[in-house]
Amino acid sequence: MQVRMPKFPPYAVMAFLWLMSAPLHAALDIEIFGGGATQIPIAIVPFAAEEKLTQSLTPVIAADLQRSGLFKMIEPAGLAPHEPAEVVYSEWINRGAGALVIGTTTTLPGGQVSLRVRLLDVAKQVQLATYIETVPVGQLRAAAHRIADMIYEKLTGDVGVFSTRIAYVVKEGKKYALQVADADGFNAQSVIEYTEPIISPAWSPDGKQLAYVSFENKKPVVYVQTLATRTRKAVANFKGSNSAPAWSPDGKRLAVVLSLMGGSQIFLINADGGGLQRLSQSPGIDTEPSFSPDGQSIIFTSDRGGSPQIYRMQVGGRASQTAERLTFEGSYNVSPHYSQDGKSFTFIHRNGDRFNVAIQDLASRQVQLLTDSKFDESPSFAPNGRIVLYATEVKGRGILSAVSSDGKTRQQLSTQTGDAREPAWGPLPRLQ
Amino acid sequence: MKKVLGVLLISLLSACASQNKQPSAEVEDKSVGGPSRTTESSPTTTGLANLNSLTDPNHILYKRSVFFDFDSYVVKDEYRPLVQAHAQYLRDNGNARVLLQGNTDERGSREYNLALGQRRADSVKNVMTLSGAKDSQIESVSLGEEKPRGVGHDESSWAENRRTDIRYQGE
Repeated sequence: MQVRMPKFPPYAVMAFLWLMSAPLHAALDIEIFGGGATQIPIAIVPFAAEEKLTQSLTPVIAADLQRSGLFKMIEPAGLAPHEPAEVVYSEWINRGAGALVIGTTTTLPGGQVSLRVRLLDVAKQVQLATYIETVPVGQLRAAAHRIADMIYEKLTGDVGVFSTRIAYVVKEGKKYALQVADADGFNAQSVIEYTEPIISPAWSPDGKQLAYVSFENKKPVVYVQTLATRTRKAVANFKGSNSAPAWSPDGKRLAVVLSLMGGSQIFLINADGGGLQRLSQSPGIDTEPSFSPDGQSIIFTSDRGGSPQIYRMQVGGRASQTAERLTFEGSYNVSPHYSQDGKSFTFIHRNGDRFNVAIQDLASRQVQLLTDSKFDESPSFAPNGRIVLYATEVKGRGILSAVSSDGKTRQQLSTQTGDAREPAWGPLPRLQ
Repeated sequence: MKKVLGVLLISLLSACASQNKQPSAEVEDKSVGGPSRTTESSPTTTGLANLNSLTDPNHILYKRSVFFDFDSYVVKDEYRPLVQAHAQYLRDNGNARVLLQGNTDERGSREYNLALGQRRADSVKNVMTLSGAKDSQIESVSLGEEKPRGVGHDESSWAENRRTDIRYQGE
């Protein structure tokens, strides 16, 4: 084992967050705490004829942008332009808007809706982007997320994640449901339901499959389920325990944790369950693997040094005892997940009697604590690396929460009833 | 193909068994012979196994839970007679199979707790195999923090959940 000690304790900034005890709303909702210092002031005018649609668009777009923490909503306050020619820029300058979104909706025969949306730069008085799409009525909400992505990308230069999906587990009474929902928590659908626990859902890189651990057979077994067909296969069901699935970036293999050869050790297995290969070899616990984006290495939790810490090892052709220790602060650092750019990882750090979300930069080894709640678990990055989704507990109930990767904006996603836990943020939708 | 893999795994498993020694001296401790502690339960049936002993509330084999200290996976002396009685039963009944399910309290990472629970199940398995049960009769698995017996969020519930349960096949 190679252990490299940093010259200085690498503890860095601790983000300060306002903690308000907010009431839990009955509906699935999102509550936003705090807010970044530099927010883009944006006005979104309800689109022409939007009120006639079964699903309005602008409230969805506004909620998406607000959740990113990077936008401040400016009220149109009586102004209602729908075409660029109707925009009087000085009126928007007076209201403090930096960007303006206007548009029209036209209902076509056959249940289609034609959308034409424009993003305008108020200061420069120019059009930044046009979004034109004809969608079925049933896909208006998805179209609103795409419009929000377009606005987000034009104004921040970053990839929008409003059209992505999340997976998580809801426990209600004795029932466990693995659910998939839009990134804003809407359109939740059960992938599978059981009266036995389900943990550790993991998205395949193409977003078409979920790996997870089910206890339906008196012990943990790793399954891979195809979302479209609902078919599933036990890919790791060896003697002993099978858990902690993580997909390789090419989607061909999974890292899993097996007790097959004693202890809890990391193995590689093909996505169809064949080709088992041992990866880690230590006398301790090795678990919670996460692949680097290039697939060349994994980070994982190990207690080989006495306490659970995060290590990195190369994914080679044979089992290896060699790993580089990455965390040194504190006696309990677990559940690492790589960022998509491979430059950092998020994990859970025990801070006194609290378990909090943290990010560590791989190059500088700087650690930033993002939360200060009591029981945070299972952090994972949004595909653009700007948000970390995690599970936490409010008044004894499990809820999902998200924090911007700078720690400045926090939001809660809560389902109507039950305990939500084990969230995993899905990949960006890909052009097929 | 599957058969080949299966054979491969079995050979790997047996190759591994010898390397997989628990470091604890406790496991090596065979001094439990003193029957003084077991006699409070009815004496173990000698010779041929009595199936009823598993279901007789007064029999030591009726007890199926081994409890652990915080952050520990060492089988405590007070549970050795119990584990050894089950090992004896397995030795006497070659067809009997047990599933050992390790559990942990709710604090911390679910997957890491799953691994800790595995250690608790493996410790019990080690005592059993050292006491004469066959490796092939025992499967040790973990339920981690997922199946708590004590559902409170306090020390008494947590202590109840630091546990390995012994389940016989068919039960």
